Amino acid sequence: MTDTDNLAAAADASIAAAIAQIEAAADLSALEAIRVALLGKQGSISALMKTLGAMAPEERQARAPAIQALRQQASDAIAARKTALEGAALEAQLAAEALDLTLPAPEAPRGTVHPVSQVMDELAEIFADLGFAVATGPEIEDDWYNFTALNMPESHPARAMHDTFYFPDTAPKGGRMLLRTHTSPVQVRTMLAEGAPLRIIAPGRVYRSDSDATHTPMFHQVEGLVIDRDIHLGHLKWTLETFLKAFFERDDIVLRLRPSYFPFTEPSVEVDVGFALVDGRRVLGGSGDAAGHGWMELLGSGMVNRRVIEASGLDPDEWQGFAFGVGVDRLAMLKYGMDDLRAFFDGDVRWLGHYGFSAFDQPTLSAGVGARA
Amino acid sequence: MKFSAEWLARHLDTDASAAEIAAKLNALGIEVEELDDPAVALEGFRVAEVLTAAPHPQADRLQVLTVNTGEGEPLQVVCGAANARAGMKGVLGVAGATVPANGMVLRKSAIRGVESNGMMCSVRELQLGDEHEGIIELPDDAPVGMAVAEFFRSSPVFDVSITPNRPDCMGVHGIARDLAAAGLGTLKDAPIPAVPGAFPCPVTIRTDDPAGCPAFFARVIRGVTNGPSPRWLQQALISAGQRPISALVDVTNYLSLGHGRPAHVYDLAKLTGPVVARRATAGEEVLALNGKSYTLDRSMLVIADDAGVHDIAGIMGGEESSVTDGTTDVLLEIAYFDPESIGATGRKLGIASDARTRFERGVDPAFLGDGLELLTGMILEFCGGEASDVVRAGTPPLDTVVTAFDPQLTQRLGGVAVPEDEQRAILERLGFTVASDWTVTTPTWRPDIIGPADLVEEVVRVHGIDRIESVALPRAGGVARPTATPAQLTERRVRRAAAARGLMEAVTWSFLPASAAEGFATEGETPWVLDNPISEDLKVMRPSLLPGLLLAAGRNLARGAPALRLFEIGRRYGRSPDGSSAERLTLGVVLAGDRQPRGWASGKAQGFDAYDAKAEALALLAEAGAPVDKLQVMGDAGPQFHPGQSGTLRLGPNVVLARFGALHPAVLKAFDLAGPVMAAELFLDAIPARKSSGFAKPAYSPPALQPVLRDFAFLVPAAVRAGDLVRAVKGADKVNIVDVRLFDQFSGAGVPEGQKSLAVEVLLQPQGESYTEAVLTGISDKVVAAGVKLGASLRG
Repeated sequence: MTDTDNLAAAADASIAAAIAQIEAAADLSALEAIRVALLGKQGSISALMKTLGAMAPEERQARAPAIQALRQQASDAIAARKTALEGAALEAQLAAEALDLTLPAPEAPRGTVHPVSQVMDELAEIFADLGFAVATGPEIEDDWYNFTALNMPESHPARAMHDTFYFPDTAPKGGRMLLRTHTSPVQVRTMLAEGAPLRIIAPGRVYRSDSDATHTPMFHQVEGLVIDRDIHLGHLKWTLETFLKAFFERDDIVLRLRPSYFPFTEPSVEVDVGFALVDGRRVLGGSGDAAGHGWMELLGSGMVNRRVIEASGLDPDEWQGFAFGVGVDRLAMLKYGMDDLRAFFDGDVRWLGHYGFSAFDQPTLSAGVGARA
Repeated sequence: MKFSAEWLARHLDTDASAAEIAAKLNALGIEVEELDDPAVALEGFRVAEVLTAAPHPQADRLQVLTVNTGEGEPLQVVCGAANARAGMKGVLGVAGATVPANGMVLRKSAIRGVESNGMMCSVRELQLGDEHEGIIELPDDAPVGMAVAEFFRSSPVFDVSITPNRPDCMGVHGIARDLAAAGLGTLKDAPIPAVPGAFPCPVTIRTDDPAGCPAFFARVIRGVTNGPSPRWLQQALISAGQRPISALVDVTNYLSLGHGRPAHVYDLAKLTGPVVARRATAGEEVLALNGKSYTLDRSMLVIADDAGVHDIAGIMGGEESSVTDGTTDVLLEIAYFDPESIGATGRKLGIASDARTRFERGVDPAFLGDGLELLTGMILEFCGGEASDVVRAGTPPLDTVVTAFDPQLTQRLGGVAVPEDEQRAILERLGFTVASDWTVTTPTWRPDIIGPADLVEEVVRVHGIDRIESVALPRAGGVARPTATPAQLTERRVRRAAAARGLMEAVTWSFLPASAAEGFATEGETPWVLDNPISEDLKVMRPSLLPGLLLAAGRNLARGAPALRLFEIGRRYGRSPDGSSAERLTLGVVLAGDRQPRGWASGKAQGFDAYDAKAEALALLAEAGAPVDKLQVMGDAGPQFHPGQSGTLRLGPNVVLARFGALHPAVLKAFDLAGPVMAAELFLDAIPARKSSGFAKPAYSPPALQPVLRDFAFLVPAAVRAGDLVRAVKGADKVNIVDVRLFDQFSGAGVPEGQKSLAVEVLLQPQGESYTEAVLTGISDKVVAAGVKLGASLRG
């Protein structure tokens, strides 16, 4: 047996011990110490490698595989142990970092859009599809636009039905400044400004000196106006049906037209809509004449009176059309189920949270203009 | 207006049921608010005869009756009335009937162990009167089995709402005419017989105001005996909600309600001298029939004699000359008054009477003579006496309205094709005269019909407005384009942005209490103040969105809300010294309570501060399209704000886009709000419109080289504002410096008294080539120099 043989034998014996040591290394620093002892510059396997240099080629050829395998064995064992130890360390770290995720996350406040705004957006969307633009006008209005131009001259009995709020100021066109009692003055203003043909809706605040369970001194209305050459009551009926079917997303909306009187339309038509009583609540749809159904007054409308068209600077022999006005708050209540109009204007955050809409409930035609509960 | 079917039957010959009539009235535009049909209300109640009455075995006060109902076997009924006895006739409600007085549904039951199959009823239970002692006792000849409604000849009562354009329907006769025109029967329109005068009228009449009272007819009837009017007339008036008074009064009410024609009867004994229609003298007084005394002025028309005023013309009679039971001679007056004059006087005096309503809307100017004859005939019939000749002063305005009508217009305007002969027939049944060339003459009782469109309405409503078919509006060709204006789009966008940021949209009143509006007006303007507010709390048009939100915040905090993030978008209203009005789109934000509640991670609850208000203002201005990177924070948020914790966001020195900050403690006190409250107000109307420039954005060209970040810490005098330092640094090298961010502010240990340390990070973007040390040093020097100009020094 040569020295080298002895050395190798000793190495063989010690590798078994070394691997046992590696596998027993408790942590990365212990493992490093073993690595240095085996594979470091002064390490025992490094020393064995060095003996190869002194060997004769034949002997080296014979010996080298075994020695190299020995080194490989040791470094593999160290790498394996290192992976294992790192894994365990990570496990331990992760275990230490565990959170109680039932603890509450930071709260983000939830904002809401008021039902009146939501419904106004819905109306704008529906009527845009029918080619109606949105028009506006002042709320602090001139007597002339609110009454006189709408065929309600001074002392007209219908004025008394309007419960008007007045200001002390004299209006530029006579009479006094007032809070508009309806959105109809926007008809006159828009015709004067834009001429004909015309298709507009005009949503906005209106005011009547009236306050009880179902009336508030401020409320919202939307006016509709179509002026063209051949518009008649049939178009009015279709427009209202189409609008209400789209708004309530129901095909069984049935309207009942009744003759009525408004100074600014002739003929004038009151429109009722059929409803059914469902769990004591009025749900629009179906004929009001059916058993368990009824009719609800919904809006006033008619063919624009030729005096109004004249006052609006158009030739009534050339232009004619229809107009309607409907309560926005009322539409909101019918669609979304609120039962107290006064709560609309209180700003109670509980109510706003309950009936308000997400910012992302933006009505679109493709998604339907309603926001489902 | 109310009237019974029986009354209607005096004017209309029809077989239609009450329900059919009501439906037709609605279809004609005469809205039926209520149909009170006793035949429906009293269904299941019938005349019954008590055959036997025996004591109840278990109860002293009850009796067990057997009752003949006119059909089948007699029924056993338990009854508690003392007057129930064998042989009497009364009213039995059978199982299934609903007691009108209390809504109770009768059913077969056992009362103390004895079966009872119905209820013998009292007068009050059937709402036939107030009597409630015992059960109804009917006459012996009452037919057993007859429905009670039929036995009492209770007639259905219609309560209708008459639109102001239809004075002719302010009387039952006019309503009957409409129904007849719509095919629901025949109008009873026999000529009214004239009563010849037996003697010349002893009273002189005159109208001294032909404009206010163009015509005044009268006659005397002497030797009358006043007393109760006949039962049918009393019943008619009761159905209309009127109290019968005496024959002489009831006949005028009958004319008013039946023909829409008010008239007046004076006690002749109380008149002296000529009876004249004239203007009142200033301060003249009259005691009216409602027991109130009125002081008149010279605009008001009266009927007076030598002694004074006897009647506020067309509005209300006077107490002085009113008829009594002892009246023997009367003067009948029927006049035509100018509607506008009546309306003006009525409004001034605050009197709403049946007469005023009718004159104000316009009575038939051709019905003076007939009205007077009708009245005369009834008085002679009910009260006896003899009538004088009729005297007439003036002539009523009988100008006829003639319209050249084109029957094609019915299709063009009404959207329904009605054959010409049907159109003609409808108009003629309504009283129009239609010439062969379609020249249409309006009847005197229809002042509302003045043009072709009115005639279309007549034809369409009688033909049936429900026969109009829907016709689609023609669609514009091509693809839909936006119909909202830029301002509307901004409003929508900002609203949803605010909601997405966690703010809740409120809609508050446009009007405020004067105290809440005070001090919030835009400079140079005053608020609009209502002349006739509904209450002092709703009096001043809001000059700012903040007071309304603060009031809402107060209500919420009082209800215990822990945190409030409210916003509103709407108009604020301002009045310029020249009286012109401005309504400006504004957004208000109010933050109150806890920004963050106490938390396991964050510790104690945290309140809002002025930076929260600033954050909302900037974020929402950005969504509204304002150039936020060009905005400067300046002062002058207004006296409602904390002077040291508020500011304005301005575009240039003069254009204020928003104000924000903590509210002044005095404001909090005035609004009764606890704790700091933050607010922001955005003047959306002040944001300059963006020039529209197609859809495409400029080409994307990311810089080729990595940016470089450099930190600078300055010591600056305490008064220097961080924003000014950042602006100065930004301006130091406009080519290389692309962003400057302040990341630290410190004063205290290590910082000299009166100074503070501000640290900024400066983002440098190399353009063509990487920075050399020399270039970087050059930029740094410029940054430091910019700081030095503000009194800053680089911190060592």
